[in-house]
Amino acid sequence: MQTPAPVEYERAASLEDAISSLQGRGPGARIIAGGHSLIPMMKLRLATPELLIDINDLAELSYIREQGDEIRIGALTRHVELLQSDLLAERLPVFRDAEELIADPPVRNRGTIGGSLCQADAAEDLSAVCSALKATVVIRGPEGQRVVGLDEFYVGPFMTAVGEAEILTEVRIPLRPGAGSAHEKVERRAGDFAIAAVAAAVWIDGGTIVDAGIGLSALGPTTMRATHAEELLRASSPSEELFAQAGTMASEDCSPLADSRGPVDYKRHLAGVLTKRALRRASARALKQET
Amino acid sequence: MQLTININGKPITREVEPRQLLVHFIRDTAGLTGTHWGCDTSNCGACVVLMDGRPLKSCTALAAMCEGHEIQTVESLESSGRLDPVQQGFHETHALHCGFCTPGMLMIARALLNENPNPTEQEIRTAISGQICRCTGYKNIVAAIRWAAEHEAATKQEV
Ligand SMILES: Cc1cc2nc3c(=O)[nH]c(=O)nc-3n(C[C@H](O)[C@H](O)[C@H](O)COP(=O)(O)OP(=O)(O)OC[C@H]3O[C@@H](n4cnc5c(N)ncnc54)[C@H](O)[C@@H]3O)c2cc1C
Ligand code: FES
Ligand code: FES
Repeated sequence: MQTPAPVEYERAASLEDAISSLQGRGPGARIIAGGHSLIPMMKLRLATPELLIDINDLAELSYIREQGDEIRIGALTRHVELLQSDLLAERLPVFRDAEELIADPPVRNRGTIGGSLCQADAAEDLSAVCSALKATVVIRGPEGQRVVGLDEFYVGPFMTAVGEAEILTEVRIPLRPGAGSAHEKVERRAGDFAIAAVAAAVWIDGGTIVDAGIGLSALGPTTMRATHAEELLRASSPSEELFAQAGTMASEDCSPLADSRGPVDYKRHLAGVLTKRALRRASARALKQET
Repeated sequence: MQLTININGKPITREVEPRQLLVHFIRDTAGLTGTHWGCDTSNCGACVVLMDGRPLKSCTALAAMCEGHEIQTVESLESSGRLDPVQQGFHETHALHCGFCTPGMLMIARALLNENPNPTEQEIRTAISGQICRCTGYKNIVAAIRWAAEHEAATKQEV
């Protein structure tokens, strides 16, 4: 039987409340959102926080809205809400692609976007989605808030730029014209983490790719961007050959580890194939050839 | 800490450790052993209950996190000797062998039909995709949920 180590528990009534509790207690204090990464880790004693600060009552952290030229998503927004959002499906279809295959329905009822990003598990899907879309995140602490790009957010496996007394409050995704995005994943069985997954976004203007983002899950020690492939795509015209070449580059540049989900060469192979497929669908969507 | 959780419409107050998992609060503290506890690793769905109407893996929630919420367990389905249509459906179509996965399956099915009274086979399969059954095979389980959907619709028409 797996049971977490003894821990204290507190429910935050406001964001300020949560930040001051974190500040008062130092490194032993931990935010709990959906708890679907943290509780399994506590049961295995891989995490032994002294104090849990439950933010589930903070309804003000749960929203998906379009504001100016951005989509803003509150940290406590759950997978099921991302899956069902028509706004996201229309503007950023990569979210629905990914959410259909993240975990299973009961897990999707609880897990949050904030928890997913802060867990910083390389196999997790939303980090790659947000990386491909060049999102930024808002982090609040005792001194106020700061906005951090996802490239600076991941500082190592299971490590992020969120400091001791800080909370991730919002994910911001820029909306730019000519956008298309898609997610491709291979898993061992329904509900499992990816063997490998790729999120791709392209922005096309007058038949030319003006910018591209490719995020890789389970293909390195942290969520990775396939930056060489992104460079190759920029200023080129979308074509099958181009996407295949980008796939080859992603496959060469990634650095997967062998584990129970598969050996390195298989994961590299998947990186290539999934990059090609994700780019193909993202580009068709940008060109309104597919929804 | 002292904790009050509404289970099947009844407030249950107990002194528990904050680390206690909901599944243990339900089974050991409240004595409702209908909810099963299987893999203990969030993967099998045997422990699924409803929290505010939505399926939740009770092995992956602290009891303390559920205070102020409505929990429904498999014990809530039958009322005054009448089986819920999902229970009846499992009976009619032979959708269980050992029965270990059944409480979770029933609660998932109940939540699905509350939200979507006429689900397609694919929608049923998606809904149970986190529920593992080691013996029956999923075909009869899908049939049971369809049976429940059809009979529920018929009952509603009669009323
Ligand atoms: C069976 C199973 C299968 C899964 N399959 C997948 C999958 O296929 N793909 C996938 O991407 N994920 C998968 N997951 C993970 C799931 O998506 C988790 O819900 C998610 O990773 C964490 O979200 P959470 O809200 O539950 O976070 P929690 O567990 O509450 O927190 C995770 C970490 O983030 C911190 N944290 C949470 N919120 C904040 C915040 N706002 N600010 C600062 N720190 C914060 C916590 O302190 C903790 O360290 C799976 C999980 C399970 C149990
Ligand atoms: S016991 Fe909870 S998912 Fe298996
Ligand atoms: S009936 Fe035995 S596990 Fe499903």
